[in-house]
Amino acid sequence: MLEIKNLNVSLEEEDKAILKGVNLTVEAGKVHAIMGPNGSGKSTLSYVLSGRGGYVVTEGEALLNGENLLDMDPEERAAAGVFLAFQYPVEIPGVGNMTFLRTAVNAQRKARGEEEISATDFLKEIRARAKDLKIDADMLKRPVNVGFSGGEKKRNEILQMAMLEPKMCILDETDSGLDVDAMKLVAEGVNALRSPDRGFLVITHYQRLLNHIKPDVVHIMSDGRIIKTGGPDLALEVEENGYADIVAEVA
Amino acid sequence: MAAPAVKQDVLSARLDALSLPDGAAWAREARDGALSRLTAMGLPGKRDEYWKYTDPTTLNQPEVTRAALFKTDESMPFSDIDRLKIVFVDGVFDAEASDDLSMEGVEVERLSDALGRDIHWARDVYGVLEARGQTPVERPLAALNTAYATDGVAIRATGKATKPISLIYLHRSETSDAILHHVVKVEEGAEVTVLENGPAAARFSKVMEVEVADSGAFHHVRAQGRDHERRAATHMFARLGRESVYKSFSLTVNGVLTRNEQVVEFTGESGVAHVAGAALGDGDKNAFHQDDTVFVTHDAPDCESRQVFKKVLRNGAVGVFQGKILVKPDAQRTDGYQLSQSLLLDDDSIFQAKPELEIYADDVQCSHGSTTGAIDEEALFYLRSRGVPEGPATDLLVLAFLAEAIEEIEGDALRDDILTRLQGWLDRHSG
Ligand SMILES: Nc1ncnc2c1ncn2[C@@H]1O[C@H](COP(=O)(O)OP(=O)(O)O)[C@@H](O)[C@H]1O
Ligand SMILES: [Mg+2]
Repeated sequence: MLEIKNLNVSLEEEDKAILKGVNLTVEAGKVHAIMGPNGSGKSTLSYVLSGRGGYVVTEGEALLNGENLLDMDPEERAAAGVFLAFQYPVEIPGVGNMTFLRTAVNAQRKARGEEEISATDFLKEIRARAKDLKIDADMLKRPVNVGFSGGEKKRNEILQMAMLEPKMCILDETDSGLDVDAMKLVAEGVNALRSPDRGFLVITHYQRLLNHIKPDVVHIMSDGRIIKTGGPDLALEVEENGYADIVAEVA
Repeated sequence: MAAPAVKQDVLSARLDALSLPDGAAWAREARDGALSRLTAMGLPGKRDEYWKYTDPTTLNQPEVTRAALFKTDESMPFSDIDRLKIVFVDGVFDAEASDDLSMEGVEVERLSDALGRDIHWARDVYGVLEARGQTPVERPLAALNTAYATDGVAIRATGKATKPISLIYLHRSETSDAILHHVVKVEEGAEVTVLENGPAAARFSKVMEVEVADSGAFHHVRAQGRDHERRAATHMFARLGRESVYKSFSLTVNGVLTRNEQVVEFTGESGVAHVAGAALGDGDKNAFHQDDTVFVTHDAPDCESRQVFKKVLRNGAVGVFQGKILVKPDAQRTDGYQLSQSLLLDDDSIFQAKPELEIYADDVQCSHGSTTGAIDEEALFYLRSRGVPEGPATDLLVLAFLAEAIEEIEGDALRDDILTRLQGWLDRHSG
């Protein structure tokens, strides 16, 4: 599904390398987790995959089902199936949440040569999905993320993911700022989307989200590299001993 | 006090090209009065405090700068709205193209008819509100208009008008110089909506004086013409009675020069006045310069005024906002709000803002804010990451930016009509 090969990324503004040769393959149907200390480059990886500006790829490639992602505009990547649940979802005053989502769904359909969703079908679907995530009608009407609590913003990200039905879901610290109940809701939302033809890359600083979203593979990232890869147990090890031991062990 | 010599020269050159129209004695007096005001002030000059950001030269010149006619197959604004149509072609009333002027709840007359009668209500309005509006800020172009206006309408609402009165200004001659003057009187408890659209002429001067009696309501929506090379200087003067409502919204897209002045005065308590505007300018092929100059005077307690002006500028377009709220000593519990914002779509465009508050009452609530900004890159990326392409994503953000001004338009049908125009502009000027 997603193949990242020797990905090297620097900042556009200053000559500073952030990712220093990331190699990673996420197979369809699998959940991969990336853990790592703050500042190790996890968010950068998620942004580079989704096409945010400000970064320069100095080496390497990223392929989605064989297609070179890095040559595409962000909207093309979205239409191809990439979805990033943001660590910090953006507030957009003046744009209604519902309008935003319908525009997005239809833009992706159009890009794929599919027919637009009818207003009634869209309403039906969004109501059902929103209900699962305990998102009320008011939140759907309000401007995108404006006045939302931290937990509401994260649930709103999962709602978008559910509506857009991406192939490759990247979640960046979706658990941060969530209480236990909200985390369960979010995890249920993610688990409901798990399917044999969809891949997940779950970025998290803590292990606790992985109790709810069970990963198949766990990677540890440090200083712009994947320094260790293992099974679900690796997350538990990090939980108990912290990152220091692993970083030291590899160095 | 007479205007300086250099101004006098500019003025005499301009006046030589004009002649005072005839009318009843009171009308001639009103015109003479305006002419003496004008002679005392002179025409606007670049050094004048409120002409710093907008060059009045082409508005002053005796000759009109040629303006190409704009051709489009698109429907005109307000086409789908049930309305009473009054058409002016290059500033001349066109009876053929206009509807019959009789309508329930409203008396509509051609201005020359009103000004020709010895006794007419317009006597208390024509040039009267304009004259009041000359202090503390001089508005010579409005005085010139009162003196020389050749056409226009007199509207008196006596009840609730059954449909809007739609003033349609067509532009057919590349060198036309139109001077229109409208007077509106909304009687106690009466209501009327006036729509305006079209470029009107190569150069267009328009004054509308609006007297709203106690509990009356006046609504105004205008879509200024899309002709790129046209020039327009317009003035609205409003005097508002107790518990009256005055709402005015203007959309400006295109136009090499547009100066819209609004002078609003509360004379009775608990009045409401909202003046709003959206301007979208692309300076690519032709220059775009759009100026909103607003003066709201609170001279009665418990009134609410709102100014909401938004400008979207690209390719060297220039937007100007000069807005003032004056609160006189007896205007306690005034609620005044003023917002002017620009969205600059590139580094070449310019927004000049001069927000002013002058408050002499102690128990008032007044706020004003002015901002200039670019498209929010974070928001743009967020939208694109969800699959919305850059063009439509930018459009969404532009519409979001304009929303607070658009919300000031009264009535869904009118709001939708203006939104259609906005979308049209975005479709033409995207990317
Ligand atoms: N736009 C930026 N400007 C400056 N430094 C940046 C920028 N983006 C990332 N960095 C730096 O890159 C490193 C990795 O950051 P990030 O990807 O956010 O890490 P993580 O998500 O793992 O905490 C940090 O040292 C951070 O300061
Ligand atoms: Mg991060």
